[in-house]
Amino acid sequence: MVRKCALLAVTLALGACAANKEAPKTASTKPAEKVAAVNKDPYPSTYKAYPGQSTVITNVTIYDGEGGRIENGSVFFSDGKITSIGGAMGDSNIPADAITIDGTGKWVTPGIIDVHSHLGDYPSPGVEANSDGNEVTGPVKAEVWAEHSVWPQDPGFSRALANGGVTTLQILPGSANLFGGRSVVIKNVAARTVQGMKFPGAPYGLKMACGENPKRVYGGRNQMPSTRMGNMAVNRSTWAKAVEYKRKLDKGENPARDLAMETLVGVLNGDILVHNHCYRADEMAQVIDMSHEFGYKVSTFHHAVESYKIADLLAKEGICSAMWADWWGFKMESYDAINENIPLVHAAGACAIVHSDDANGIQHLNQEAAKALADGRRAGIAISDEVAWTWLAINPAKALGIDKKTGSLKVGKMADLVLWNGNPLSVYTRPDKVWIDGAMMYDAFDPKKRPVSDFELGQPGEGDVK
Amino acid sequence: MRHLLLVCSALIATPASAQTIAITGGTVAVGDGSVPIENATVIIRDGRIASVGNNLTIPADAQRIDAKGKWVTPGLFAGFSRLGLSEVEAVEQTNDTIARRSSFSVGIDTADAINPRAKAIAVSRANGITRAVVAPAGGNSIFGGQGVVIDTGDDLNPITKTQALQYVEFGEAGSASAGGSRAASFTYFRNAIAEALDFRRGRERDDLFLKRPDLAALLPVIDGKVPLMVMVDSAVDIHRMLKLKAEFPTIRMILGGVSEGWEVANEIAAAKVPVVVNPMNDLPDRFEALSATQSNAGRMAKAGVSVSFGQIGDFDTLQIRLLPQYAGNMVALNKVPGATAMSWGQALASITSHPAEMMGLGGELGSLKVGRRGDVVLWDGDPLELSSAPVAVWIDGVRQPLGTRQDRLRERYKRPNEGDLPKAYDR
Repeated sequence: MVRKCALLAVTLALGACAANKEAPKTASTKPAEKVAAVNKDPYPSTYKAYPGQSTVITNVTIYDGEGGRIENGSVFFSDGKITSIGGAMGDSNIPADAITIDGTGKWVTPGIIDVHSHLGDYPSPGVEANSDGNEVTGPVKAEVWAEHSVWPQDPGFSRALANGGVTTLQILPGSANLFGGRSVVIKNVAARTVQGMKFPGAPYGLKMACGENPKRVYGGRNQMPSTRMGNMAVNRSTWAKAVEYKRKLDKGENPARDLAMETLVGVLNGDILVHNHCYRADEMAQVIDMSHEFGYKVSTFHHAVESYKIADLLAKEGICSAMWADWWGFKMESYDAINENIPLVHAAGACAIVHSDDANGIQHLNQEAAKALADGRRAGIAISDEVAWTWLAINPAKALGIDKKTGSLKVGKMADLVLWNGNPLSVYTRPDKVWIDGAMMYDAFDPKKRPVSDFELGQPGEGDVK
Repeated sequence: MRHLLLVCSALIATPASAQTIAITGGTVAVGDGSVPIENATVIIRDGRIASVGNNLTIPADAQRIDAKGKWVTPGLFAGFSRLGLSEVEAVEQTNDTIARRSSFSVGIDTADAINPRAKAIAVSRANGITRAVVAPAGGNSIFGGQGVVIDTGDDLNPITKTQALQYVEFGEAGSASAGGSRAASFTYFRNAIAEALDFRRGRERDDLFLKRPDLAALLPVIDGKVPLMVMVDSAVDIHRMLKLKAEFPTIRMILGGVSEGWEVANEIAAAKVPVVVNPMNDLPDRFEALSATQSNAGRMAKAGVSVSFGQIGDFDTLQIRLLPQYAGNMVALNKVPGATAMSWGQALASITSHPAEMMGLGGELGSLKVGRRGDVVLWDGDPLELSSAPVAVWIDGVRQPLGTRQDRLRERYKRPNEGDLPKAYDR
């Protein structure tokens, strides 16, 4: 099936999807002139919040995204920010022109944050011409940036918004390479350009990958790496070069520009966050030692289906795990995936995140959290609904380095929120309305508040409910 | 003797439990689309449903199961899967879903490949799936071969019905295996039928495309004894399939995939062709699925089409257990303006009675009606809700074990740190 290509990380189809053609050489692959100062933000965000109206939602159940719950509460937001939140709100605090929405029987949560998406770089339709997620021309491609692949017209963004309540997402390169390249964090707002979606001030991420995918892709071509020890050797050689490049920079030397090294030095300096695709517990432990060897920190292990086996180690290291609720068995390294992975990681005091890696899955991350929570409870792990919501809110925000700005309903933070038409951990619940920076970007009751990508214009089903 | 090659589908009798079981006081959903019955009792005797309703007299010898506060449904029936055809999808040696390099096609019989010990069967059983349609995939041909219906019981005899269907791909997939155009897939199909009819008449030819087992397996399809499951997605391709059905009126057709079915729902209903869909498919992920929407299933059902749900696409060997979640999502659409939802009963029927009827097994399976086989699931809550899970599963009246390998891993690592001995000693 076509979708298997988009998943890429997970199936044998990788070989079939991955083009064997050499990428054409471009100016950016050549060493550039020596320059004293490198522009660290050459593709800056042009996103600006859309106009919103001061709004208060009353009589509503609130999960604040940091584990707090308010029954029969109110949340007030204006100028794109959360202005106040609490119990029944005195009218004196609310301007007369504010819109009031009665939230009786409904829930408000922070907008969902997905730390692992390929919307835009493996978009729909999943045709070869749109397949831009893996630069499979070499195992070390730290120089590529996902934002240069993301197609803002991917129809998947609107489904993630309307069905999923997703307001922020990280688009990652695929996992064919050990060093996959830089990620980009975006607001789930339709725009003509990727720059128009970029989350202002969000740090970059670096995608790395363990295990089966890199060794299969390159081993299949009789190239290094073809084994897990080959993976580690190429990783370590690359980090050693990066440490040397950084040493030159720190000494005030001006080495020739090297885009890959600039990204890796960004990691070594703590400016760029490592997002490491890794399934097996033993491999995660190897990566942790490697990060100590070269002096960097892993923000998050992605997929991490065996995190439950080393949850104590992950807690000690302060590394998040971004996980599925119940994906398993599609490849050897996912054979030991269990449904209680997320709650077990959480219970060990480590940072747990529900992620999608899938254009359908991103539409029901709330449901995935609900399944994991229920399976955990059945195994005797007591976690409340509102605490489980941290897996979709503040924890992914921390993993992306944007937790001071979004990821919870705290005064002064971005008004990224979802009004759900019932308990958001029920299968029978969907978003009623979604706001991003205080602007209503989706309203189930208003067909005009339903984004339709250029690709869908003039096609069957244009503007339909999806 | 050529006629010895002829095959016909067979329903396999299963040794059933002689025990009488009374599941009392639960919320009972019959599976036929009706509203659940509160405080009802289900009695299973000799492996079949003996009675269902309120205020039943419980036989003295019955084993009583208290279902107060719980729900009772028929065993769930997956309308499409590749369950039992792989252990680890990407480990080729364990994956029997597709015979890419085989010279055979129509004649390939999935029954010969089902592994009842595939972990996904135990996982499916633990999640309330008791029966599943299992189809092969197309390899060198638009035809994938003969599918089966299996049960998920903890034994070495998984087959409920052999030669349950013939699997064929049209649309983009069929085009690719036929050599690169939709037109070629039609030529391939018509030629296959012509060759099979020649074969029946005893005409010897030396330029045959298909091999003897393929031709033999195609004859009962032409005769309508074995249904033809046609995988097709776009409205245009569906429309064209219904024309093909008119061209070969004896063929009994099932449409699978059907992402744009809602656009031609009336036509499908008029042709009385049942469909099996993945109802969550709402992305224009292919040019043949441009109008995909979660309202597809509801709109077809509203038009009078018999709609079943299946795990079509990714994870078709693994994640059959997601069907109740899909069904629940169809009910969720009731609260989405402009969407076409299903009632709770309809949604449950799409994973119980409808797939059973689609496979010609409606009198045997898929509902808690008297005389049906004793496939029963006792749930700790609303079976379509995310927080619910089975607490007991019976297949043909036999209580099934619900443990999985994953449960063992969970128990071993409930506390990840090692004790006085390594984890390997902890079991």
